[in-house]
Amino acid sequence: MTDTTVKISDAAIRRQMLKDFWFYFSQNRGAVIGLAVFVLLVLTAIFAPLIAPHDPNQQYRDALLVPPVWQEGGRAGFLLGTDAVGRDMLSRLIYGAQYSLFIGIVVVAIALIGGVIIGLVAGFYGGWVDSVIMRVMDVVLAFPSLLLALVLVAILGPGLTNAMIAIAIVYQPHFARLTRAAVMGEKAREYVTAARVAGASNLRLMFKTILPNCLAPLIVQATLSFSSAVLDSAALGFLGMGAQPPASEWGTMLAEAREFILRAWWVVTFPGLAILISVLAINLMGDGLRDALDPKLKRS
Amino acid sequence: MLKFILSKLLYLIPTVFGITLVAFGFIRLLPGDPVLLMAGERGVSPERYAEITAQLGYDKPIWQQYLQYLNQLAHGDLGNSLVTKKPVLAEFLTLFPATVELGLVAILIATLIGVPVGVLAAIKRGSWFDQISMTGALVGFSMPIFWWGLLLIILFSGILGWTPVSGRISLMYFFPPVTGFMLIDSLLSGQDGAFMSALSHLILPSIVLATIPLAVIARQTRSAMLEVMGEDYVRTARAKGLSPSRVIGVHALRNAMIPVITTIGLQVGVLLAGAILTETIFSWPGIGKWMIDSISRRDYPVVQSGLLLIAGIVMIVNLLVDLTYGLINPRIRHK
Amino acid sequence: MSIFSTRFLAASALALMAAAPLHAKTFVYCSEGSPEGFDPAPYTSGTTFDASGHAVYNRLVQFKPGTTEIEPALAESWEVSEDGLEYTFHLRKGVKFHSNEKFTPSRDFNADDVIFTFNRQANADDPWHQYIAGITYEYYSSMEMDKLIKSIEKVDDNTVKFVLNHPEAPFLANIAMPFVAVVSKEYADALDKAGTKEDLNNAPIGTGPFKFVAYQKDAVIRYQKNADYWGTAPKIDDLVFAITPDASVRLQKLKAGECHLMPYPAPADLADIKADPNLKVDEQPGLNVGYLAYNTTVAPFDKPEVRKALNMALDKKALIEAVYQGNAEVAKNPIPPTMWSYNSAIEDDAFDPEAAKKMLEEAGVKDLSMEIWAMPVQRPYMPNARRAAELMQSDLAKVGVKVEIVSYEWGEYLKKSMEAGRKGAVILGWTGDNGDPDNFLSVLLSCASAEPGGANRAFWCNKEFSDIIAKAKATSNHDERVKLYEEAQVIFKKEAPWATLAHSTQYVPMAKNVTGFVQSPLGDYTFDTVDLTE
Repeated sequence: MTDTTVKISDAAIRRQMLKDFWFYFSQNRGAVIGLAVFVLLVLTAIFAPLIAPHDPNQQYRDALLVPPVWQEGGRAGFLLGTDAVGRDMLSRLIYGAQYSLFIGIVVVAIALIGGVIIGLVAGFYGGWVDSVIMRVMDVVLAFPSLLLALVLVAILGPGLTNAMIAIAIVYQPHFARLTRAAVMGEKAREYVTAARVAGASNLRLMFKTILPNCLAPLIVQATLSFSSAVLDSAALGFLGMGAQPPASEWGTMLAEAREFILRAWWVVTFPGLAILISVLAINLMGDGLRDALDPKLKRS
Repeated sequence: MLKFILSKLLYLIPTVFGITLVAFGFIRLLPGDPVLLMAGERGVSPERYAEITAQLGYDKPIWQQYLQYLNQLAHGDLGNSLVTKKPVLAEFLTLFPATVELGLVAILIATLIGVPVGVLAAIKRGSWFDQISMTGALVGFSMPIFWWGLLLIILFSGILGWTPVSGRISLMYFFPPVTGFMLIDSLLSGQDGAFMSALSHLILPSIVLATIPLAVIARQTRSAMLEVMGEDYVRTARAKGLSPSRVIGVHALRNAMIPVITTIGLQVGVLLAGAILTETIFSWPGIGKWMIDSISRRDYPVVQSGLLLIAGIVMIVNLLVDLTYGLINPRIRHK
Repeated sequence: MSIFSTRFLAASALALMAAAPLHAKTFVYCSEGSPEGFDPAPYTSGTTFDASGHAVYNRLVQFKPGTTEIEPALAESWEVSEDGLEYTFHLRKGVKFHSNEKFTPSRDFNADDVIFTFNRQANADDPWHQYIAGITYEYYSSMEMDKLIKSIEKVDDNTVKFVLNHPEAPFLANIAMPFVAVVSKEYADALDKAGTKEDLNNAPIGTGPFKFVAYQKDAVIRYQKNADYWGTAPKIDDLVFAITPDASVRLQKLKAGECHLMPYPAPADLADIKADPNLKVDEQPGLNVGYLAYNTTVAPFDKPEVRKALNMALDKKALIEAVYQGNAEVAKNPIPPTMWSYNSAIEDDAFDPEAAKKMLEEAGVKDLSMEIWAMPVQRPYMPNARRAAELMQSDLAKVGVKVEIVSYEWGEYLKKSMEAGRKGAVILGWTGDNGDPDNFLSVLLSCASAEPGGANRAFWCNKEFSDIIAKAKATSNHDERVKLYEEAQVIFKKEAPWATLAHSTQYVPMAKNVTGFVQSPLGDYTFDTVDLTE
């Protein structure tokens, strides 16, 4: 795409790359829709206190399990109804967006940073360091992720923070493997050798020279992990090991609502729908990102 | 080839060792212990507590317990459950077929639907079929399956009454487990309607479990097909005047299947994780539910040996995938 | 080994069933969990007792259906010596043990079986004490049978004499419990000879109303009516336990006609169940209590007036509405109203935040902040401790008390809540084992149980109270015991070591055509009296 031989400044290259990126990304209609929903989600999370009609934890004792407004018995004050202790569903769902985004960001950040460092070290040094690290990663990957996360949460104690740490630990080998593979590929390239000859330190080589060239697959993996993190943390919440009540985390809301499955469909349906929509939006975006970043797939 | 297999196996040894360490160590890091849980609200006197822990061998230093565990494993003894007092392996073997049956049917559904949909979507790229099926696949890929399961139960078992609510077969039918696979056993029993009953019990859970693998396989098939269809030899074949169906059927499909088979193999881990949720929702008597229950009861022997068995299965399947891959694509062997 | 034997059993059971005509009456019970095993002695859960002790076995004495009164079972009659130390049981004659493919009894039930039943639990040297590695007899030791029973003597084939170390009124109630269900000595000997001792736990042989047929782990247990039952033979031919741990799934199965009766409905579903024309619900006050225990050894909770003031700040009616969905009654005493000696004359502290605030001020308590511990598990006596704690938090905030809610993993919760010097008040509860008030009062509130290993989570040691219940325990005169326990409840109310919260109601939903089910106040599920009408 940039086969121009004219010498151009770094900033200009970057600008051009961004432009290219946006061009390919915006070609993908789904990705744009995903992005729009995601932005909406972020805004909802940020402005939750302004948008939400009620305090998410305020219990209206005279309004237990009120159905949504359009159904018989619904009240205008509670658009999507209330739960078993009279909390407004809509407000809880709105505040729930904060949890999901927060979980996604934290999990991806921990997994990404941890995985990249481990992968860089393994790939850069090779030899026995690499072997040991990769065997440890194999052990982690040998367990079904949810099962391992469950055991980890059980060890750390149920709760949101611990659930995030557990999920991040389980995800981190994927980043480590990707980084390692990329580093191994890049290590032998001329520009690395050149930098080494020029006297660059190992750290500088790893982070400044090699890493930026492995970014694309990492970004794609990060979006994937973001949506999986939202799903898995909801699953942990559903199994009672994630965020604890009264937190309005969607999975936890579902777990609390399970006993009302026959009596009050709205307490079961809406949190699940919220999870589905946000995960879908992130995945749509992820697809767009992959298409825009991965030149090999661009053709198809 | 043999050398390839051996080197792969050699790689596994430290991993297996690591897995035993993790399985053993993790469960002991859990707060709370089985003796206290068994005593419940009543409590247990310090003397009695010491007596029981000594009887179970949990008063010894942790490294001694670990060595003893390794020694046990070397003799093929996976220990006895603290709760039921029965051998872990025996419990695993009675429950595992249920999980395997569910998993196999799920992967079958996922493959039988996912591959044709992916191929068709690739051929008719950009058509409404492509767009709808790929949107559907992405929705499936984003599905919180525990919620999905609940919705299906409400709809099909609750409102419509089409499918049974839970269990593996109607209680009307009773026959000894021969293979442990209800579909096969029900056929072997020769009882009228037993097979249909087993099948109807399997439908909802396997659909739920198949959802994510189905989406992954459909997407993977489509992109593999697209990639292959863009390759030179396909274009050549087309240029030579071969019929499009022959080009797709023989050349493209065969080559596109390599990554697809890998993908299917890699779904085993996903299936086992999904089984935990699916079995919980449908009260399916498999190993997923067994692990969850045992974790919450702090049943040390079951959790440590159960984790080991599950990880072992994942590893073996991954190894098999590696080997098939190596068989199909000789270049990989020499890397 | 044991897998094969189970398979073999199942196969032989099938052969048995194939020979019989297709049974008309199969009763399906959607049970709440898997039994831990089928030997009733080593396990403690009600789920296991329903599947083994109650269905397959009998005790010397038993609870009269629907009550906590004792009636004869395998012992036809008994005498108690003047000093209350010797119990002589006259055993029923002609009682037959079940048979299965591998075992056919050659003799009737006799004194050897009784002695075997107790000795294998009591005596660490008994060859059957550890017939499975790691087995323990928790009920036997926690009911202190080891300290109570001095010796058991066989007087003749049909007479057994128990000698106790000290007089104990609840003894008969204790041995009516399933952990001392009588197992066959002859069967044990046969298993020993065959080298399959573990089958005592896998393929039980008892004298009870139902014969064990087969068990598929985590899925289904099958029984057949015992046609030779010494009591009234069951009216149903086959009994099936369909194991269904999830309450909402159980209900859906009941609605779909896949089972006839279920335990433990989710409180939220009750309204729906009651409205269903195909179902009916049996309800009965449960023999339980949910409470909030203060630490009476830590200031300012060491002052009874502070505890009382906090109790007055709690809106128990609202709590019952939100936590129990209204399916409970407000508790004022530590024992439930269905238990004998319940003191109905006691008046509960009124819900009065204003007065509570004043009382706190008078006691010199200002800016109090405290922890409330919420248990992480559901129990019939406390369906949702977290929700209960949230309600208490907002109630107490209104009288100026700041509450922080804490929770631990269940095992940790039980342990930490019994650690001396614990901060904060603990939500917990109790379900009666045998219907004796002693089973509540001395287990939960005596000085002895405030020690490590006890269950007095208020650490409340009131000498007067403890003396009274100790006296009541050693007295065999029923009326005298009633009076003593009533007195004890007055002291409890005055001192208020707990906020007594609720006694939850037990509901048993069943299909309309089920008749003859008798609910047990102890929460047992027994099916020897049930029938299905067309």
